[in-house]
Amino acid sequence: MSRQRGRRKAPIAIVIWAALAITFFSLPFIGILVRAPWSDLPDVVTDEAVRRALWLSLRTSLIASLFAGVLGVPLAWVLARIDFPGRRVVRAVATLSMVLPPVVGGVALFTSFGRRGIFGQYLDDWFGIRLPFSTAGVIVAQTFVAMPFLVLAVESAFRQLDLRYEEAAATLGARPFFVFRRVTLPSVRPALVAGFVLAWARALGEFGATITFAGNLPGRTQTMPLATYLALESQPERALLLSLVMIGISFAVLLGLRERWLTTALPEVRA
Amino acid sequence: MSCRRQVSFLLVPLAVALVACGSGSDTTTLNVSAAASLTNAFGEVEAAFEQAHPDVDVVLNFASSSDLVTQIVEGAPVDVFASADTKNMEKISAAGLVVGNPSVFATNSLRIIVAPGNPLGITGLGDLARPGLVYVTCDPNVPIGRYAQEVLDAAGVVVSPASFEENVKGVVAKVMAGEADAGIVYTTDVLAAGDGADGVDIPEEFNVSASYPIAVLESSTHSEIAGSFVEFVSSDAGMAILGRFGFGTP
Repeated sequence: MSRQRGRRKAPIAIVIWAALAITFFSLPFIGILVRAPWSDLPDVVTDEAVRRALWLSLRTSLIASLFAGVLGVPLAWVLARIDFPGRRVVRAVATLSMVLPPVVGGVALFTSFGRRGIFGQYLDDWFGIRLPFSTAGVIVAQTFVAMPFLVLAVESAFRQLDLRYEEAAATLGARPFFVFRRVTLPSVRPALVAGFVLAWARALGEFGATITFAGNLPGRTQTMPLATYLALESQPERALLLSLVMIGISFAVLLGLRERWLTTALPEVRA
Repeated sequence: MSCRRQVSFLLVPLAVALVACGSGSDTTTLNVSAAASLTNAFGEVEAAFEQAHPDVDVVLNFASSSDLVTQIVEGAPVDVFASADTKNMEKISAAGLVVGNPSVFATNSLRIIVAPGNPLGITGLGDLARPGLVYVTCDPNVPIGRYAQEVLDAAGVVVSPASFEENVKGVVAKVMAGEADAGIVYTTDVLAAGDGADGVDIPEEFNVSASYPIAVLESSTHSEIAGSFVEFVSSDAGMAILGRFGFGTP
């Protein structure tokens, strides 16, 4: 009896499965850590081609996650707050690219925005814009696959927000957009940060849609994942080191995030 | 009670996983890793070989030869390897991963692949350097990427590729989709593209002849069947299939 009232004991079965899960996650990284030729790391990191791929990756993934935020936050708000017919369909469309194989996303992008794509041909004819084989194409591909992560995180936060603060602000004479900017957005900040980071990480790791839609040209469309994959063909050791660099960056960001941003993508609700 | 529950909570998923992984058939699976350019031809070779050997299930794994070499070196369970060049085959035979000596079973030449009807009027290698023309190729570590570079070097043409695709089918796909205007691919790829693309000949003096070596791998657990697959590929029946897809005889 007293046991039930005191600190709850962790069920041993759950702990065992959790330990298996973390083992499953760690083992592949141990492989890379052990096999990587660490002494070559300085050479690879300072290598001109690697620096170009890394810089391109950081630049495009940041821009893509910014786009995801600018477009995704309003979408998340509409999905959370406005009850309109077909909302479920819109939400499914908005998150479809998250569950699609990225190559399918790439095929979808070039049949639509490619040079001969149903919209892309007009981009080319009217504005001279060609997305395939361009850095802009990389950003489009990354935004396409990354935005759902932000939309989902932010939508659930909007949904669980205590409406009374917004109502109070409105009663005091604030215009709707002012309320959105000064009351709604700040209260979902943890979810915004979490969504932004998830979208950024997804964009940074993007491979399939990028190589399908934007191709692979060093300095222009060859991001780190593409450089790593191509290095695997000829210099597997180098591929290991490139992987190490990617793991290091992503790991540092995840560690640096304050825990509550990841675990509580929900705002604090003060009753 | 609760302890028993916990045990079943642990064991049920394990049991499900084991059942899902088990296989009930008694056919022998032969894993064949082949260069991407062999995709269509080996599809038919597989069917013909399986007809002659009903107890064998040939599983084909296509990628660029260099990709396949990486997989083999990393210990992928492969019985037979067919490469699009001798260089990649040498990499694994030098590592002692091959049984005996690899034999060349087919040859291939190169052509320029363009959109159907050749709307840009490309007539030769020199046109590939035309400003504004979107030319795609493969990474120089992929056989076709190196061959294409050799051909262009021989002709003294300097191009600026828009993309280095991961294998030859990537080049074909980009041209067939209209994203790229031209690329240098194998003769067999242009043939396989059918109505989706046209080919422009490369003069004999610049063209290269790609040799396709095949070998049984040391790690094969069915080296006898693997050996008969290699024999079948080099037999008259195998040659006839390869010939139909545009490959030459060595």
